Amino acid sequence: MEKFIELEAIAAPLMRINIDTDVIIPSREMKRVSKEGLSDGMFANWRYTEPGGREENPEFVLNQEPYRQAKILLAGDNFGCGSSREHAVWALAEWGIRCIIAPGFGNIFHGNCVRNGILPVILPEDTVSDLARQVEEDPAKNTIKVDLITCTVAAPDQTTNSFEIAPADREMLLEGLDAIAVTRRYDDEILAFQGRDRLKRPWIYL
Amino acid sequence: MSQTVIEKIWDEHQIADLGDGTCLIYIDRVFLHERTGSVALKSLEAAGRSVRNPEQAFCTMDHIVDTFPGRTDDTRMPGGTAFIQTTREAALAAGINLFDLGDQRQGIAHIISPEQGIALPGTTLVCPDSHTGTLGGLGALAWGIGSTEAEHALATKTLVVKKPKTMRVNFTGQLPQGVSAKDMILRLIGEHTAAGGVGYAIEFAGEAVCKLSIEARLTLCNMTVEFGAWSGLVTPDHKTFEYIKGRPYAPDEPLWEQAVEYWQRLSSDPDAVFDKEITIDCAAIVPQITWGTSPMHETGIDRLVPDPIDETDEHKRSAMERALEYMAIESGTPLAGIPIDAAFIGSCTNSRLSDLRAAAEILKGRKVAEGVKAICVPGSGLVKQAAEAEGIDKVFMDAGFEWREPGCSMCFFAGGESFGHEERVISSTNRNFENRQGPRTRTHLASPATVAASAIKGCLADVRKLD
Ligand code: SF4
Repeated sequence: MEKFIELEAIAAPLMRINIDTDVIIPSREMKRVSKEGLSDGMFANWRYTEPGGREENPEFVLNQEPYRQAKILLAGDNFGCGSSREHAVWALAEWGIRCIIAPGFGNIFHGNCVRNGILPVILPEDTVSDLARQVEEDPAKNTIKVDLITCTVAAPDQTTNSFEIAPADREMLLEGLDAIAVTRRYDDEILAFQGRDRLKRPWIYL
Repeated sequence: MSQTVIEKIWDEHQIADLGDGTCLIYIDRVFLHERTGSVALKSLEAAGRSVRNPEQAFCTMDHIVDTFPGRTDDTRMPGGTAFIQTTREAALAAGINLFDLGDQRQGIAHIISPEQGIALPGTTLVCPDSHTGTLGGLGALAWGIGSTEAEHALATKTLVVKKPKTMRVNFTGQLPQGVSAKDMILRLIGEHTAAGGVGYAIEFAGEAVCKLSIEARLTLCNMTVEFGAWSGLVTPDHKTFEYIKGRPYAPDEPLWEQAVEYWQRLSSDPDAVFDKEITIDCAAIVPQITWGTSPMHETGIDRLVPDPIDETDEHKRSAMERALEYMAIESGTPLAGIPIDAAFIGSCTNSRLSDLRAAAEILKGRKVAEGVKAICVPGSGLVKQAAEAEGIDKVFMDAGFEWREPGCSMCFFAGGESFGHEERVISSTNRNFENRQGPRTRTHLASPATVAASAIKGCLADVRKLD
């Protein structure tokens, strides 16, 4: 997995609340048994003029310059709610998104981000709205700097905000770790647990 | 120290504390389906990793399979056959339990998991599917995960999980006639928003919840994810134990007594403290229906389409405006009476035998309104069989419903069959998102009884006022 340490990049505002994973990648765009080839279908219903079509909708922010180069998304609350499809994260990652800043995330989506090298940053709604306002007001000053070592976000006007992230998530992103390999360190504990549990709940062990 | 039922189950499964509230949690059961399980199994295989305890992992075909009678591996979803066949090969190679096409037990994961006795009280169960919380209806701690996490659970029998905050939702009072568990959960989401449960595991409690049948509790828990919650459950009781007894994967004698004794300890201590408590008076709930594009866009069937002007929060207001535009309905219009094009009864929310019975009771001796396409998709082969034994299939078909093979079917659109552009559907499912049931399709969520009543009337209808 690609490490995430720091990132200074263009941020695109997508300030709707409850943007669900069906919107991020519609079901019909998940065509193959693969984690690849999904970015084309990202936000398909908003990005293209017709369902299933490929003619760009010029109104959609990621079809506009300079946001086509965005690596950061600014979003409304509860981003990535809905279906568990990890394809949403694979599509975003393949398109080039490395960080999403929102007041809150869908639970499963949040976990999926961390496991795929995308940093989900939770900041208060006012702060995210202010970042979006700055980015929109002056597209020439639209870069945001995110630092996972110090856990801070620097706005275009240089004000900085700290964010919190679970230490395990932070470590995984900073080191680009494979979660299964990390857990393998606990193999002895897992086996010991099964040994005790088998006596307590034998019906679980089919 | 006093504990909630959620904390008790958590502690029983904690292998290690990884700091800052994150723990390594033992996973009793993993359930897969062909849409997301296929990728998990395939990439596990590609990494040269195997499934630990494959006998405790399960897989079904539900999302992509066709639901037309006489179906094969061919499906109307583009590329879908590859998902079905890849999943089958990978599941067989991994040695996990497979409920394949042609197997009477095949059906929607969250329907067959209780039916087969796979989900049990106090178990941890995960599935790469957001509606896994359904199984909380049996007192299981169950939650949806991504495909990469599914690989982790399969390979290690564990997951790294951040301990959730706890919330108790108390449903007090009596549920009025014509009102069901679906209406309860819609009301909760309507009142406390689609993000009201974010970060929480929920215990559904109170008089009304105790009185619910197990199937109704499964419906209630099915939509905890629509409330934003991580998981939700109902404390197991004698009804739960009765439901479980004799199911294929459930404990049998001589372990049965030991299991019941263990399960009886799974309840919140009287003085347990939850991080949050909410109370909802059931007496005030009427049949609910959604008018917009989020499950929180809901109200009573006897109400008017709301006006965004009354919403003070700017983001919520613009979401409402957008939803009304998408749904093509105007503020101030009475909901009852809005014409529909289609009616759908199915999905992991409402396709169990009791749901089909509730709908059949209303359909009996009546006909679906002209021009309305009506479809019923039982949740599993066994539900279908049981319904047919009672003649429910005939009631549906005589009324003008299609009677399909089990699967997710048109609960979601994956590029194959759809309800049609800008068509209005009343649906017993759980998501009314834009394009969920087809490109520009307009979905109204409601209980099976409300769906049946609306199908007959040809418009959104109040089941209590059916003559
Ligand atoms: S029935 Fe619908 S909500 Fe349930 S698992 Fe299938 S697609 Fe998901």
